Amino acid sequence: MAIEVRIPTILRTHTGGAKTVQGSGDTLGTLIDDLDAQHSGLKGRLVTEGALHRFVNVYVNDEDVRFTGALDTAVKDGDAVTILPAVAGG
Amino acid sequence: MARFDSLVDSLGGTPLVGLPRLSPSPEVRLWAKLEDRNPTGSIKDRAALYMIEAAEKEGRLQPGATLLEPTSGNTGISLAMVARQRGYQLICVMPENTSIERRQLLEMYGARIVFSPAAGGSNQAVAMAKALLTQNPELVMLYQYGNEANARAHYDGTGPEILADLPTITHFVAGLGTTGTLMGAGRYLREKVPSIQVVAAEPRYGELVYGLRNIDEGFVPELYDETVLTTRFSVGPREALRRTRELVEFEGIFAGISTGAILHAALAMADKALAAGTPADIALVVCDGGWKYLSTGAYAGTLEEAEAALEGQLWA
Repeated sequence: MAIEVRIPTILRTHTGGAKTVQGSGDTLGTLIDDLDAQHSGLKGRLVTEGALHRFVNVYVNDEDVRFTGALDTAVKDGDAVTILPAVAGG
Repeated sequence: MARFDSLVDSLGGTPLVGLPRLSPSPEVRLWAKLEDRNPTGSIKDRAALYMIEAAEKEGRLQPGATLLEPTSGNTGISLAMVARQRGYQLICVMPENTSIERRQLLEMYGARIVFSPAAGGSNQAVAMAKALLTQNPELVMLYQYGNEANARAHYDGTGPEILADLPTITHFVAGLGTTGTLMGAGRYLREKVPSIQVVAAEPRYGELVYGLRNIDEGFVPELYDETVLTTRFSVGPREALRRTRELVEFEGIFAGISTGAILHAALAMADKALAAGTPADIALVVCDGGWKYLSTGAYAGTLEEAEAALEGQLWA
């Protein structure tokens, strides 16, 4: 098993158009490193100066990682990770 | 009191009702704040009235003025009603992928609608409204995403009302859009009940809505302060629809789809409390009724059909 990561339209240029990709890691940070090794350039779009980009939201099993440790959030096989750009509501 | 000088004066003071059949145990209870019982049928009436009154006090809003506001619907409807009562005009910038009911209500209240492309979501509506304001500086933009009166409406109203009705509150769960409800009521409740958990439920739309050209076109409302929140959940259309239907089936409450997303997050918190063996009184917001969403197909057919019908629509 691996960790399934949903990629938003805007970042699929890095994944050859794939909507979901698989990766591995113990934390969100190491998972992103693994994804970047497979899909070059992805990390640069998600992380700036060691933190998640202001307009990028990442959810592990639907919970916003900014409330669970950000890049240090623990992840494990079978988790579902969703990446989304920040959009307005209201 | 049930007698008021006018419709606008009847705003707020909405009921908090128990959800005995959806609550997992007698010790872990859910309570719904029925914000559909406001003048135009949504929680946005509170923010609209506060923002207009603040602008009047500051002298930003003169008789005969024209308001301009980016909105996916409910705020526009609330502003349109108050504006008409007070002699203002309103132009709404709204994504074209919003329900037909919202358009008809806005037009009935006398608002003009400028449509923004579906592919840009609400972000595009915000950008278009800002551009229109630059070209037409005589317009008045209250700007719900950054207007402190939006959050203050909930700090002064929604928050105190909930605490008065539920002094044993342990969790407050609401939707995250402009962030006004969570920032205002959340701050108030934190001050009074330091141990409270403030939980955001954020609707996750179909891909079309996230069709930005680049990440830097992303948008975080100026009102948003993540330190007010305990946590934040993203809830997709399937779960939101399922919970919206459960709310009708088990409790008789016919709510809009974003309320289903909020109920989903509230039930997750209830499950955690139950598993931990701790009592909980969880207050959640019913943002609006289901009426404005009938045409989306959300309430007809199977969940799969309803989810397919919602694809690409801004349902909250």
